[in-house]
Amino acid sequence: MFSRDNWKEIFETIQKNKLRTFLSGFTVALGILIFVVLFGMGNGLVNTFEEFFGDDATNVLYVFPGRTTVPYKGYKSNRAIEFDNSDLADINKNFAMFIDYATPRISRGGLVKYKSESNNYTTRAVGPAHQYAEKTIMMKGRFLNEEDIRNSTKYVVIGRLVENDLFGSENSLGEYIDVAGSAFMVIGVFQDDGGDNEERLIYMPYTTRQLIEKNNDKIDQIIVAFKPEIGYAGAMALDRSLDRFFREKKYISPDDQSGVFIRNVADQLKQQQQFARVLQIIVAFVAFGTIIAGIIGISNIMVFVVKERTKELGIRKALGATPKSVISSILLESVFITTISGFLGMLLGVFILNSLGEKLKDYFITNPYIDITMAISATLVLILFGAIAGYIPAKRAADIKPIEALRDE
Amino acid sequence: MIEIKNLHKSYKMGSNSLHVLKGINFSVEEGELVAIMGSSGSGKSTLLNILGMLDVLDEGSYTLDGVPIKNLNETKAAQYRNKFLGFVFQSFNLINYKSAMENVALPLYYQKVGRKERQEKALKYLEQVGLREWADHLPSELSGGQKQRVAIARAMAAEPKVLLADEPTGALDSTTSYEVMDLIQKINDAGNTILIVTHEPDIADMCKRIVHLKDGVIVEDKKITQIRASQYV
Repeated sequence: MFSRDNWKEIFETIQKNKLRTFLSGFTVALGILIFVVLFGMGNGLVNTFEEFFGDDATNVLYVFPGRTTVPYKGYKSNRAIEFDNSDLADINKNFAMFIDYATPRISRGGLVKYKSESNNYTTRAVGPAHQYAEKTIMMKGRFLNEEDIRNSTKYVVIGRLVENDLFGSENSLGEYIDVAGSAFMVIGVFQDDGGDNEERLIYMPYTTRQLIEKNNDKIDQIIVAFKPEIGYAGAMALDRSLDRFFREKKYISPDDQSGVFIRNVADQLKQQQQFARVLQIIVAFVAFGTIIAGIIGISNIMVFVVKERTKELGIRKALGATPKSVISSILLESVFITTISGFLGMLLGVFILNSLGEKLKDYFITNPYIDITMAISATLVLILFGAIAGYIPAKRAADIKPIEALRDE
Repeated sequence: MIEIKNLHKSYKMGSNSLHVLKGINFSVEEGELVAIMGSSGSGKSTLLNILGMLDVLDEGSYTLDGVPIKNLNETKAAQYRNKFLGFVFQSFNLINYKSAMENVALPLYYQKVGRKERQEKALKYLEQVGLREWADHLPSELSGGQKQRVAIARAMAAEPKVLLADEPTGALDSTTSYEVMDLIQKINDAGNTILIVTHEPDIADMCKRIVHLKDGVIVEDKKITQIRASQYV
């Protein structure tokens, strides 16, 4: 069955029937190509969703003050709510059971200068735990610590791109930079996976910021990280209790939509993940539809091929071809073509996915890829079904009496 | 060489059954050149198909070169056809994407003869039919007579016991027909057994024996003096 002679015969048949070869090869190659590309795009979509959250901790709640819209307990509406250090202390005291850490964040923009270089950057005044909330990765030096908070030190930790902008290739550690008129010493440089903007930030102790701003105790927002073991339900419960706590403490009506806001990353993440999963299922469904269409396509072509060759097969049988040799030559031919073109289509698809990379990021597709095992098994499935689909008409052709086949004009 | 006893064959046409061959007794010796004649519907092609193992008989017995031909599955039939028989058809039945040489070599491929030997043999038989220079041409580049000569070379390449020709000149003009008959006579002169189905009396006269079929029975079976086709060529 696999002798060199048989293969030579098959190659000759393939070479001399180019249209037939092209049709079956094209169907298979196209089917696999579309499958690989679609499936890869689905993965790219999921990548994008994961990236939205990948650079931040997912066990955190962001608490922001707002402006009231409903009068409550003798207070007028349109009152600005403000957080201060006592709120942070209260959270640490009342919710100690559930939370890992809580850190304030005060964001300010400002001109930052070093020697002749200057630029505008956002400065975040935070606590030490902020490093975990943003998954800030230290490249050199250290992050802010409790000591810095207690002493309101004039230290800053700068992003990789801030160092790039201001210092070029020079070392920034221990150097002093001018942040909105005050001199701060650089004690660390960090990087962040969240993109360029996240690496153009400057961190300083929140107590230092409060000292600069007339020694007040105001806080912009509070980031609360819950203990992962309380789970999703626990996080939702903590979300509700924090909401209740602030409404009570700040005299905000329970019906007020904008007195206080809590952004629950865990909840958002869960929703987005579900959305991504549904999208992936839809894409996978379409991709498998493509494979099935490919199988149907190759089956049709096999029927056509066998029909077209009926007379030739009759001649071959009259000359002494056994049914087995008829079937095996048809099948070997089709498996050979589908294998070559299937893998070509697969490689082309993988190549397209690789070359796309970040180019479709605007369409929420990041680094589309396909598991190579998945791609190969899909190709093999198509080849296998092509062979099965080819076997049926081949068997029928082999069973036709040569006299009938020869009569077939 | 061929021994047929009390052969019956009928075809089912819906609920009716068409009795085509009604008790044929017939034998052919080695080296004979037999014409089977009859009007259309007389059963001559059916007889040839049964002789060629392209069709099966209902009743009776068929012995070919001492081997009883019965209860053959397709595989066995294919092997016997390959070993015992060479076919020549009215419509040539060459494989259109193979060159003359490849067509001639095909039965040898199914005999599992090596490639080199196949090509040598194919060229040898093309030489015999006078088409050595046309070996690399496709059937579409050949004339009708040339095609039939390639088909004859192909039938001979397997070195069969019996050559069966179904209206070999049916699609050819008379000059070409005589050329083909001349070739068939020469092959017969070399000792090969040949059966020809034809309805043309002049073709039949070029054989050594004529068997007349009518309505599924042999009505006449006579030896004749052969007319040589070479005198017309």
